[in-house]
Amino acid sequence: MKVELRDPKVIMKLSRLGSFHQSKLSFLRSFLKEFKDWKYKRDLFELDELGYGVAIYSFSKKNRVYSLICFANDLDKNERSDRVIATKWDAAFTLFDGVPTKNDIERLKNEVPKQEVGRLSYKELTLSRANKSVRVFNHVVERLSKGIQPDINLLSKVGYLYRTTAVYGSGKFGLADRFRIKNREEIYGPFRLEMMLVYLVRQFTFDQVNHVARNKNRKKAVNLDIEICKNLGIGNSTGLGMAPFIVNHPTLLHNWISARETALKKIREIKNIRIEDSDLFKECLKKSLKNITSWNTDSEYQQVKIKSLIKDLNIFINYLEKGFNFSQEFAFNDIYLWIEKNSSEECIEYVVSMMMEPYDDIVNPLARKMSSEEDRYFNIPTRRTVEELNKILENNYYRILNIDFSNKKNNKNFWFISKNKEEPRLASRFEEKGSELEQPLAIARDIKKLHERLSLFKNSSTIAKFLTNNQDLRHVVRRAFIIENFPYSEIQDNTIGESIVPIDMLRLKLSFFGALKFDPRSDKWLRICMFQGAPLPDQLKNYDDHWVYNSLN
Amino acid sequence: MKSLSEIDTVSKRASRAIGFSWGVAEEVGKNIRLLEMFGLPGIKNLNNFFKVKKNSKFENLDLINKDNKSVNFQLCPINVGINFLDQINAIENLGEVTFQKIAYPLLFLPFVSRASEIIGKRLSLKINEREFLLSFNSSIYSNFLTNEIINLAENVSVKFLDNSDSFNQNEWEELYKLSKDTFVEESDSLKQSGAGAGLTDND
Repeated sequence: MKVELRDPKVIMKLSRLGSFHQSKLSFLRSFLKEFKDWKYKRDLFELDELGYGVAIYSFSKKNRVYSLICFANDLDKNERSDRVIATKWDAAFTLFDGVPTKNDIERLKNEVPKQEVGRLSYKELTLSRANKSVRVFNHVVERLSKGIQPDINLLSKVGYLYRTTAVYGSGKFGLADRFRIKNREEIYGPFRLEMMLVYLVRQFTFDQVNHVARNKNRKKAVNLDIEICKNLGIGNSTGLGMAPFIVNHPTLLHNWISARETALKKIREIKNIRIEDSDLFKECLKKSLKNITSWNTDSEYQQVKIKSLIKDLNIFINYLEKGFNFSQEFAFNDIYLWIEKNSSEECIEYVVSMMMEPYDDIVNPLARKMSSEEDRYFNIPTRRTVEELNKILENNYYRILNIDFSNKKNNKNFWFISKNKEEPRLASRFEEKGSELEQPLAIARDIKKLHERLSLFKNSSTIAKFLTNNQDLRHVVRRAFIIENFPYSEIQDNTIGESIVPIDMLRLKLSFFGALKFDPRSDKWLRICMFQGAPLPDQLKNYDDHWVYNSLN
Repeated sequence: MKSLSEIDTVSKRASRAIGFSWGVAEEVGKNIRLLEMFGLPGIKNLNNFFKVKKNSKFENLDLINKDNKSVNFQLCPINVGINFLDQINAIENLGEVTFQKIAYPLLFLPFVSRASEIIGKRLSLKINEREFLLSFNSSIYSNFLTNEIINLAENVSVKFLDNSDSFNQNEWEELYKLSKDTFVEESDSLKQSGAGAGLTDND
């Protein structure tokens, strides 16, 4: 049986993309898989009794070494902020390509804590900073120093000791450009070095908390229990900075979604499901419920989604248990058709993620195809005709072409870069100044404009001729020729309308990172947790690939 | 040292700020990145051009012909470059294209380099007395080695070079003959057993 890939016009709607969940394709999971047989080492740990100083951790294999350099600093409580406007943090990190010399460490000691205003070099690959969850960190230190383990309930509510507020890579602030490292097989998957940084930072947080507790009371202190460590991740606060990324990298976005869609299609096409595979699917599904019931958020928007997810999942599990027959042919296809008919978008995408769990043979090769050589698709094929471009627009954007942008509510917002922090922001064009400096992220509006403008040209005209007097639409002409070959490259929604929920864009990206427990703090930023439940670095050799569902939290 | 990613982003934003559309600004970002990657002074020339552009007029050239002259002002290198790139398939057959008075011609160069890749031909670019051989956007060979700003080229020419060998048949045969010294002379038994296939075409 041949199953069609899901329609991009459905899947690429923001509400659907904002319902995606982590899966086997997620970058933090594929990172662990790739680096499980690398040698992990703590190379340096020079912290004072309060936990301030330098530490270095590394992963190495043959001649390749990646070193995380951590700088922990004293931070006045009044200076601690998760907002991007902060200028100081509890700790700052960089992932160094190779083994740093003393000179490198001295140089980086001056630059890394400054983050955006520091200067990095081609030797550094990624850059980040993090703040303590002071309440949790102090509690853990207090308890450990008295020889007792911390309150699990408190830890469960927060889920981490530190949260990062940004992770930079790909040439930002002088970091190595991607072209320098793109041919390394171990980093074929996107964001692999960013994942490595976060993962090693997590280990640093455990080592630091143990170190501070021990110095507080050398006689009584105990280390944080390994199982408790495993159930702590790294928090992350994420704002709008992430949203434009998925618009600005169309072929990359396509490759992410296409990997997910191809996996689903192949699973639906399996004729006979092995018992061990259906058992694993059911086991992961049931265990994962714990992740949802322990999902804490004050956001009403998210609470509604969680409630509907729990309700739908219970109905779905009931459907499975009341006689669903996995020995029937194409059982996963039947399951998919059932959830598509009976469940919300949140639940559909949740089950799609679960369906991948038994299928390493399908998922692993796809995980290696999720990067993109974006420059290869940059040139516009100007020899092609207006007729051809029109066809592309009508085939790929027909819903967008129906939006009326003369209606204020469809044209309400504009995206801009803030002068203060050089970060993307969203504002009302009718209430705020600055819309003349709008970023090219209103793709739906500009595609519609392109369609209207093309109608004034002869079908046989070349794109070269059209562009001569229409350079203002060049950016969307480029995109249209990209979507022709990359159907999942474009959000099929209006990104400037009144009803835009920007965190849908953030959540899409974060789900591919592998984040759990999205906690929107407004419609424009959210907190998440990464690596909660993941094996510790010295457990990587023989770890359970389904660790995501084995968390105690 | 600035990364190429920073160079691309800043050039793109600056181009938009000076008045080019986002789509054109994207092209400029990629171009300056390319120039800097090849060790040519892209940022220096772009920065100077934009400073001058604020107070000066430059002429656009919508349709590229065999011979192109400015009428009132110097030609804008970005406008000429964009149209050269977009119209490359149409102008490829002209053999050679000339321009008079292109401002900041180094900013025109990356468009020519990218055009070379699109049509799969080497292009020879002459900017006054400076010569550049642009090979499929993979390399730039030049007698221009100074890190200088070129604010005007009186004469610019682009020659489309036919895909042909850079050596004669005799040179090729001499080298080929030498390469055969890595082969083994086949004995009768090797002829029988060395190849995997059978000895007749009908087996």
